Amino acid sequence: MRNRGVELGVGIFMLVGAIALTVLAINVSGLSLTKQQDTYKIYARFENVGGLTARSKVTMSGVTIGKVSNITIDRKKLMALVEMDIDGDVDYLTSDSSASILTAGLLGEKYIGVTTGAADDEILKEGDFIEDTQSSLVLEELIGKFLFNQASE
Amino acid sequence: MDFFDDIIIDIKQLTFSRGERYICKNMDIRIPRGKVTAIMGPSGTGKTTLLKLIGGQLKPDSGSILLDGDDIPRLGRSELFDAREKMGMLFQSGALFTDMTVFENVAFPLRVHTKLPQDMIRDIVLMKLQAVGLRGAAELMPSELSGGMGRRVALARAIALDPALVMYDEPFTGQDPIAMGVLVNLIKKLNQALGHSSIIVSHDIKETLSIADYIYIIADADVIAHGTPEQLKQNDSDQVRQFMRGLPDGPVPFHFPARDYETELMEGR
Amino acid sequence: MAAIVNNLALLGRFALDRVAAIGRSGLILMHAIIARPQPLIAFPLLIRQLYSVGVLSMVIIVVSGLFIGMVLALQGYTILVDYGTEQAVGQMVALSLVRELAPVVTALLFAGRAGSALTAEIGLMKTTEQLSSMEMIGVDPLRRIIAPRFWAGVISLPILTMIFSAVGIWGGLLVGVEWLGIYEGSFWSNMQNSVDFFDDIGNGLIKSLVFGLVVTWVAVFQGYDSVPTSEGISQATTKTVVYSSLAILGLDFILTALMFGDL
Repeated sequence: MRNRGVELGVGIFMLVGAIALTVLAINVSGLSLTKQQDTYKIYARFENVGGLTARSKVTMSGVTIGKVSNITIDRKKLMALVEMDIDGDVDYLTSDSSASILTAGLLGEKYIGVTTGAADDEILKEGDFIEDTQSSLVLEELIGKFLFNQASE
Repeated sequence: MDFFDDIIIDIKQLTFSRGERYICKNMDIRIPRGKVTAIMGPSGTGKTTLLKLIGGQLKPDSGSILLDGDDIPRLGRSELFDAREKMGMLFQSGALFTDMTVFENVAFPLRVHTKLPQDMIRDIVLMKLQAVGLRGAAELMPSELSGGMGRRVALARAIALDPALVMYDEPFTGQDPIAMGVLVNLIKKLNQALGHSSIIVSHDIKETLSIADYIYIIADADVIAHGTPEQLKQNDSDQVRQFMRGLPDGPVPFHFPARDYETELMEGR
Repeated sequence: MAAIVNNLALLGRFALDRVAAIGRSGLILMHAIIARPQPLIAFPLLIRQLYSVGVLSMVIIVVSGLFIGMVLALQGYTILVDYGTEQAVGQMVALSLVRELAPVVTALLFAGRAGSALTAEIGLMKTTEQLSSMEMIGVDPLRRIIAPRFWAGVISLPILTMIFSAVGIWGGLLVGVEWLGIYEGSFWSNMQNSVDFFDDIGNGLIKSLVFGLVVTWVAVFQGYDSVPTSEGISQATTKTVVYSSLAILGLDFILTALMFGDL
């Protein structure tokens, strides 16, 4: 029957499309269904975010624990205010943690590296701030400082 | 004039124009019920347009077309849908749906307009195909038919719903003599057997005269003559005589309007 | 003086014709979208159109996807290897395919393969009076002929785009990993780190949906509005390919600016 062939063809077509989408989702974008979990927001102020963008990674000891969700200017202190979504199961960030903006490789993308401190008792929760921050390295400033030092010697 | 005691279509003061050109201007035509009426005229006088106006596919600028008292141009969508159930149309090219079998083509109007069960539709379709002598071709695709057979299938489709009015658009054009003879007989036979009214649009004089009960000749956007075939043969107007006898020159000139022949030739030097 | 007035009048008429054509195409689109066909009749029609529009376009999509993925990997490798970052080939192939090349190239191929066929088919139906006779039987050809073809195009193109992306990335994998010897782990991990499902694949899907709408709209309209002669159909087919290609490229710029402009 000719009609049956048509239906079969369309069925295969739809299935292949669905498979392609699944492959793209899981293999290419690394979307995993288990990763859809709660996150909580913490904030940090930086002198200079220099190239950090929304969706940049937040890592601890090189392991991704969240991502940057928003970057604005804190109007009172006139510093960059970075909002981060931290995975819900990360419950070991202490209040004396420090956040620094790092670069992956020499020319790579910027990301935030978090290191915890010694205080075990105060764990960061939704809306808390990381006070100890280290800004992005800006190449021009480094060169400027270097030249200034040279001149003053 | 006993023809017009009972009329199925009454066209009054119909005007339709395309751009600047009038296709018909204040035209009056009456189609008697149960007869074969022919509308004749030279090519390009808008005979096909007239059929489309009757079918409600085009809207006239002014005037009315009454089908059993319903004014076609003023019908709403669903009323028009119902009115079209009463009409069958045979298109010039047959216009069979190329992606359906012959059977499905004839069944199409039945499926659209009726909620009959499958086996009844099958019986009706086979009856209609039998009437045009193509029951054996039911499972063929339209592309496998010859031109004449295609037109017969289209005829079967046009009469599938037993319409009160069947319109034929140039049914004889481009047919070989055998197919033409078959069609002429078929149109006449079906008209008598089923009792519907027929409108034939054509410029094939011999065939049309042989089956028409009444004839309208149109030219220059109006009816120039009408009457029975006998009356028209006696008509002594130049225009009618030229058309009926197929003379090359007359009121419809052989030459396309042009400047003076001699002047134009001399100009080239 | 008279010549100038004449030309102005011509220009005005041309402009009015264009505007009227846009109006007609809009009406057809409205009609096709609004038409709520009876599901029992419409579903088989849609399946049939999905077959001729979607399934029959699959071969050309798979083959071109494969080659474009392979070429991307090859080109990317020769550039990236100078910076010692050839692991980024995976990321480059995936991003350029998913965001840009798959929607655009698939849509262009689709316009040439399926769009022109749609126009020719509908134009031929018009020439052979099939549309008229359908109307005389009391069936709206916009519903019965145009709507299923329109929806089949809108559904098919995103599916074809996904297939194109997947096959293209596989082609990139073949060249990058199997042939040029990039470490497979970093090929995938770089890709997964940079490709976001919603921002990249999702936006690519939205693009292809928009392209599907535009290409089938143009194709269907050109067929329906064609001059019913053999010359008219050939002109309409050419117009379909030209107009939809231009529309795809123009819209791609606008959509890209809207979606990725702020990054």
